[in-house]
Amino acid sequence: MTVSLFRQTRHPGRIGWTDILSYAYLALGVVLMFGPVLWLVLSSLKTPAALLEFPPSLLPLTQKTVTVPGHAQPLELYRVRMPDGTVRELAQVRRIGIQAQMLDPADPATIIRVPIEAREPIREMAFAWSNYTEPLQQFAFGRYFSNSLIVTIVATIITLIINSMAAYALAIYEFRGKALMLLLVIGTLMIPITIVLVPVFLVITQMGLNNSLWAVILPGAATPTGVFLLRQYMLTLPRDLIEAARMDKASEWQIYARIVLPLTLPALAVLAIFSIMWRWNEFLWPLAVLTKSEVYTLQIGLNAFQGELQTQWHYLLAMTVMTLAPVALVFVFLQRFITTGIANTGMK
Amino acid sequence: MADASPPTRMMPRDALAARLWQAASGLLDRPMALVQRLVGGNRMAWIFLAPNIFFFGLFVFLPIGINIALSVTGGTNLFLGDRPHVGAAHYEALLDCRSYLEPGSCREDHFWKGVANTLKFTLFQMVAMVGTALVTALVLNRKIRGRGFFRAVYFFPVLLSPVVVALIWKWILQRDGLLNAAITTAGGQKILFFVDPGWAMFWAVFVSVWAHMGFYTLILLAGLQAIPADLYEAAEMDGTPPMRVLTRITLPLLWPNLLVVLVLVLIRAVQTFDEVFVLTGGGPGTATVMIVQYIYETAFANQVQNFGRAAAASMLLGGLLFALTMLQLWFARRKAA
Amino acid sequence: MNRRHWLAGALMAATLAATPAFAQTTLRMTWYSDGNEGEVMRDLLNRFEAGNPGIKVVLDTVPFKAINENLPVQLAAGQGPDMARIVDFGGLAKFALDLRPHLANAAYWEQNFGPFLEWMREPGNTTAIPGFMTQLTVTGPLVNKTLFEQAGVALPGPKATWEDWAKAAKAVADKTKAPYPVAFDRSGHRFYGLAVSQGSRMIAADGIPAPIDDGFKRAAQLISDWHKAGVMSKELWGSVSGTAYRGANEEFKNAQVPFYLSGSWQISQFDKTVGNAFDWIAAPTPCGPANCSGMPGGAGLIAIKATKHPAEVAKVMDYLASEPVLAEFYARTLFVPGHIGIAKKGVAYQGASPQAAAALKVFGDSVAALDPAAYRIQGNAYSRIVFNAAISRLGQSIAGEISLDEAYKRIESDVAQQVAERNKK
Repeated sequence: MTVSLFRQTRHPGRIGWTDILSYAYLALGVVLMFGPVLWLVLSSLKTPAALLEFPPSLLPLTQKTVTVPGHAQPLELYRVRMPDGTVRELAQVRRIGIQAQMLDPADPATIIRVPIEAREPIREMAFAWSNYTEPLQQFAFGRYFSNSLIVTIVATIITLIINSMAAYALAIYEFRGKALMLLLVIGTLMIPITIVLVPVFLVITQMGLNNSLWAVILPGAATPTGVFLLRQYMLTLPRDLIEAARMDKASEWQIYARIVLPLTLPALAVLAIFSIMWRWNEFLWPLAVLTKSEVYTLQIGLNAFQGELQTQWHYLLAMTVMTLAPVALVFVFLQRFITTGIANTGMK
Repeated sequence: MADASPPTRMMPRDALAARLWQAASGLLDRPMALVQRLVGGNRMAWIFLAPNIFFFGLFVFLPIGINIALSVTGGTNLFLGDRPHVGAAHYEALLDCRSYLEPGSCREDHFWKGVANTLKFTLFQMVAMVGTALVTALVLNRKIRGRGFFRAVYFFPVLLSPVVVALIWKWILQRDGLLNAAITTAGGQKILFFVDPGWAMFWAVFVSVWAHMGFYTLILLAGLQAIPADLYEAAEMDGTPPMRVLTRITLPLLWPNLLVVLVLVLIRAVQTFDEVFVLTGGGPGTATVMIVQYIYETAFANQVQNFGRAAAASMLLGGLLFALTMLQLWFARRKAA
Repeated sequence: MNRRHWLAGALMAATLAATPAFAQTTLRMTWYSDGNEGEVMRDLLNRFEAGNPGIKVVLDTVPFKAINENLPVQLAAGQGPDMARIVDFGGLAKFALDLRPHLANAAYWEQNFGPFLEWMREPGNTTAIPGFMTQLTVTGPLVNKTLFEQAGVALPGPKATWEDWAKAAKAVADKTKAPYPVAFDRSGHRFYGLAVSQGSRMIAADGIPAPIDDGFKRAAQLISDWHKAGVMSKELWGSVSGTAYRGANEEFKNAQVPFYLSGSWQISQFDKTVGNAFDWIAAPTPCGPANCSGMPGGAGLIAIKATKHPAEVAKVMDYLASEPVLAEFYARTLFVPGHIGIAKKGVAYQGASPQAAAALKVFGDSVAALDPAAYRIQGNAYSRIVFNAAISRLGQSIAGEISLDEAYKRIESDVAQQVAERNKK
């Protein structure tokens, strides 16, 4: 009983109350975790008018229309409750104030007057793909995408290398000044770039890096979080492994590159995921240093749908979904590291 | 796993990446060996630290220095040389309060409101985050069908940008959002979540737990799986009640992982800005204004871009954060000992 | 480490590819869009480029946030574009280029943009020509006529007061269960759309803001009373903090608002998204004890002083500001013209429904009805400081955090502090 609570079901085939509880919890989790994202995707396919409806429909719906001889434009279809209590499907010719002029598509000649409360739109599912196609024509998605990709990849590689080197030094060696270095790392862990935006901007400007992708890549390359995570992980590696390698006359660099780093792979994968997510989604900083559209990243491009007085939500949502796609791919690709990697090796 | 592996030539599983890394790092073998001969084995630590320190210096320490300089200057000019010296005026303004427990009595009331809200948010969020992550990790640690799938499900929101997360939930929670639609369908009254300070703070915490718990769950899960099964079996033979097993076996053995989680959660919570800002706009009133939001708005969003005041506020925040981390680490070390 | 070199090379190649190899002046225009104006501008620029092969204009479209928050920093650092579409004329006046020496016909500019040029100049300067208005806006009410009809409430007439409208809108909302009888965008500028008619003057004789006058207090009291009486909902003014903007356009589109104080810029969107769902009209600004004036506003395209090609910039600006081109721009974007000649002739809006055209006409007329005080407020270099302080503190008061009196005190000290900071040299 005790063990089963913390480890597993001991008697296969028998389902206890703890299992039911667990599955219920997980089922709730699936709804809660995936539901909102699914809703985002569905909403991105709605027309601007449908986006703002209340109550919101789950699926992208638009009003059904019908073409009636004698009317150039297609007419909108409504379900109408007639005064005698019957319900008919009528097409609306026009609405004047709170009266609607409607007709039966089967009998286009007769106009029926209906109070507008008595009608209810008939709707069908329709995907507004134009939310995707129109902005893609308007803005250089490919250019922004490749900029984001370059920033993300280059920055992640630099981060992984220099952070792991620093973590190695702080985990393996005993030297004077180590305590101070550790203190500095942990002390700066907490400084968000948001609050040093102006000074970092000044540094970048003095270096002449404005409007270069390096201005986005370099400032965040040395992450205290990365050093901290990797060091915590390296502390758990068996020391005799390193001693043995030193006996074998391996150089310090080789020990780092050939022994320690491969063993740190799971933690590196975690840091890589963090770095990728962070870089891909970064917005405030690129906005400050990138002003030319040929160096825009995706996040700048997609937020350009936010104006002073209006936001073009339909485009913004569609483009947001587009930026999510690569993230989902990375996830599928790296998830074996996340799920089996850390889990099996353990972060002691 | 590590003990069983051969002492050298551990290969990562990804053959291509491994070969690339081997080739790249191999190029440095000779130069680095030379460097090692020059500086000696132990001083290699500094060589390994050098690139990181270089970037740290350029983009963290130098900016902090500039920030200190900015914080004692006034006006709206950007370059330090053009800014008049104002001494401690910004600090005085920020610290000018009749009572520090009453943000409304301060000259810079929004700053103190931000401090109070951030502390509140951090506290609630740490409890909620660690609690949910722990429960989820315990459930995922059981032998259940589709465990890999469920782990992925909980991790997925970690990948979303804070802005997207907040946008999704804002749409769900607004007056005419999905949740209110569900409530009215069930016969209830619409709730205006963002007009009530309590609800606004609740959802701010909820959404950030939703977005980040997956990561912490995995760290805890890793720790749980490293606890030897025979400990539990022994406990069962002794007839130890489940709660006792949790407090006497599971939690103590999980402590190192819990510590990492606590530190990371604290850091993220204090830095929270865009997530909450997009969700609640800092409202109602100023009920969810966070300190980083105050600093950002003072420096950028206000009509007069007051870099000096913002820099002074960020220095005060920095001091507070440093103290908090040190306190937490000290506490953790005592507990571990 | 060769991998990094390779990537660095790729990166360099990517950046280099963007710069054209042949001799040509490339100008950069920083732009933001509320609707289709970015497309229209691009279209007009293409036409300009066809006629001037030596000049290429790149349109860098950014989120509006960047115009407000990042552009001033970039300009201060000398990293700005050659031209930019902005709204904070007073704050950015010191970075603006005076086009006058480069213009063939400066008189044309003065004639047609005269009152707006004053907004764009640094205090004391009376001659500079920094740019032109891409859009003039004017605040005013949008009314859901169908809701009024459903409730059987008559629309208040042209000289109706704010109180009349509030009463009527409340009656409509009670009958039709609309949750927001009266809605104002959460913005200091919209608040002044009410405050001007209540007699607020904002600016003292020395040109420095003295925001808390009787008119201001009357307007603030009205807003506060309306919130207490359920005429306005806390959701708009009480739900976000600081200067955060919150519009009620989505609520209006959902037929939840009988009376919505916003402005001319909403028209093109409502035309598209409201469709046939209900009838909406623009009404003249209601009257207060002082006048029946709303607030002007708008965005303008200005040339930047730091440009290396002032002559070419002037050429582009002159083309865009010329009457036929600008008239086309206004017509296709459904903007109220900020060009006196065009405004007098009237704009033939393209693709606007009769409903939208009627609304544009109403707003066009209210431009003529603007009180000189409203122009003075909008043109003052400090007005945005006051707008921001007002909305931030009144918002807190609506949320119940502070009293109106405390809000007044805070507004005065906020404004004084920011004015002092800006003038610290």
